[in-house]
Amino acid sequence: MKKVILEYKHVELIITRIAHQLVENHGSFENTAILALQPRGPFFGKVLAKKIKSLFEIDVNYGELDTTFYRDDFRRNNKQLIPNEVNIDFNIENKHIILVDDVLYTGRSIRAALDAINAYGRPKSVELVTLINRKYNREVPIQPDYTGEDIDTRANDYVKVDWKDDQCRVWIITDKTE
Amino acid sequence: MSALSSKHLLGIKDISKEDIQLIFKTAENFKEVINRPIKKVPSLRDITIANIFFENSTRTKISFELAEKRLSADIVNFNSGTSSVNKGETLVDTVNNILAMKVDMVVMRHPAPGAAKFLSRHIDANIINAGDGTHEHPTQALLDAYTLNEKLGSLKDKKILIVGDIIHSRVALSNIYCLQKLGAHVRVCGPPNLIPKYIESLGVEVNYNLEESLAWCDAANLLRIQLERQDDKYFPSLREYSLQYGINQEVLDRINKDIIIMHPGPINRGVEITSQVADSNQSVILNQVENGVAIRMAILYLLTSN
Repeated sequence: MKKVILEYKHVELIITRIAHQLVENHGSFENTAILALQPRGPFFGKVLAKKIKSLFEIDVNYGELDTTFYRDDFRRNNKQLIPNEVNIDFNIENKHIILVDDVLYTGRSIRAALDAINAYGRPKSVELVTLINRKYNREVPIQPDYTGEDIDTRANDYVKVDWKDDQCRVWIITDKTE
Repeated sequence: MSALSSKHLLGIKDISKEDIQLIFKTAENFKEVINRPIKKVPSLRDITIANIFFENSTRTKISFELAEKRLSADIVNFNSGTSSVNKGETLVDTVNNILAMKVDMVVMRHPAPGAAKFLSRHIDANIINAGDGTHEHPTQALLDAYTLNEKLGSLKDKKILIVGDIIHSRVALSNIYCLQKLGAHVRVCGPPNLIPKYIESLGVEVNYNLEESLAWCDAANLLRIQLERQDDKYFPSLREYSLQYGINQEVLDRINKDIIIMHPGPINRGVEITSQVADSNQSVILNQVENGVAIRMAILYLLTSN
C-alpha cells in the first residue's frame, strides 16, 4: 500500500519552521555551516539554505558530505557501495555544523557522518536536522535535534521523499507481503 | 554499472570500458580524499595486502603503499632480493605461504609476462598486477588515461602518441588497450627495431618520424628507454636515440601546437626528454603521480568489495 503522509504545503510549512528554529539558535550563521548528507540530503539541505536566505537574508555556508568510505556495512552486503561527490569549500574547524538528511532510520549513516566530518577538522558542535524521523527503527543511540515529522513505521515499510523543483511530498509504502 | 566485472586486475585487455569508467569515477572521489587535511578513510581496515615485488620499483610501490595506507589496510612488503626466492622457492609456494598468514589481496610485480594471471589461477585472493615483464602494467595505463581524461575532457577521438621503446614496454601495451577502449586513436613512434612487428594488428598506427607524429597528436606519452632490458643493442647509442627521438623544446616550438607531455617515470633526463620539457607547463608528469594514488585507491576499494 502506498499513501502520501506529507503534502507539498505541509512540507513547505515544516521547512519554514525549521529555518526559524535554526536562526533562533544560530543567529547570523557566522560560525555555523549546513552539511547535507549525500545522496538524498542535498535536496533538503539546499531548500533549507534557500529558505533561510529568503526569510532572513542570511547566506549560509552550505556543503555536501559523503559518508560512503566510513560506512560500517562495507563488504557486508552484496551491493557495491559507490561513493558520491563531496562539496565543502569552507573550513569546518571550530564551526557549528548542522547535518541535514531527509530520513533518519537506523542512525548508521549519521554515525558514519560523524566519523567523516573529522577528516575535515574538529567542529565546535554538531547538530542533526531530519525531515522524517522513523522513531522505532534505530540501531544506534542517535536522535535528531530538529525534526520535520516523527512517524511510526515498521522495519518493512519504505518512506519515499519525493522532491520536485524544491517542493516535496512524502510517501509511505507498506510492505505488500504482510 | 556498479561493480567491477572481475575480482582481479590482471591487465587492461580483460576489463571492459564500463570497468574503466567505474574506476575513474571512484578515483575522482579518492582524489578529493587525498586532498583533505586528513587523508585517510577506514574502508579497508580489516584487509591485509601483500605487496610482492620481484622487480625494482620506486613509484609504483610507494604509490600502492600510500593508497593502501590511506584506505587503512594492513600491509606486508616483500622484496625478492631479500627473500627465500633466492633459495629456490617457487612463486606459488612463496605466495601461498604469505597467504597462509591470512592475506586478502596480493599486489605483484614480476619479470615474467603472465605471472599475475598464473597466480590468479592458483591462489584464492584478489590479485593486482603491478607489472608483469613486458606484458601489462594496468594501473599505469589507468592513471595515464585518467590524467589525459582530466586534461582533455574525454578521450573519444583524441590522438595519443606513444614514443620510444614499445617492444619492451608493458606501459605501452596497457596504454594501447586502455586508450582504445576509451575511444582514442593511438599511434606509436620510435626506432623501427624497438617497435614490434605486427603491432598494427592491435589497431594502432606506426610512424617513424617524431616531428610528424608530434604534430599529429593531442598528447604524447614518452616511454623510458629501458636500459636494463637492452642486452642486445637495439640502437647505436643513447646520444643517437636522443637526437632522433628525444623531445626537446626546439621540436615542440617547431610543431607550434600545445600538446600534453606524459612520462611514466623514471625519466632518463636528456635521453627521451630534456629537463626543460619535463619541467614545463605542458608536462603532466607530476599530475600522473598524484593521480596514481587515487587510481590505485579506487582499484583496491572496488576489488575488495567485489
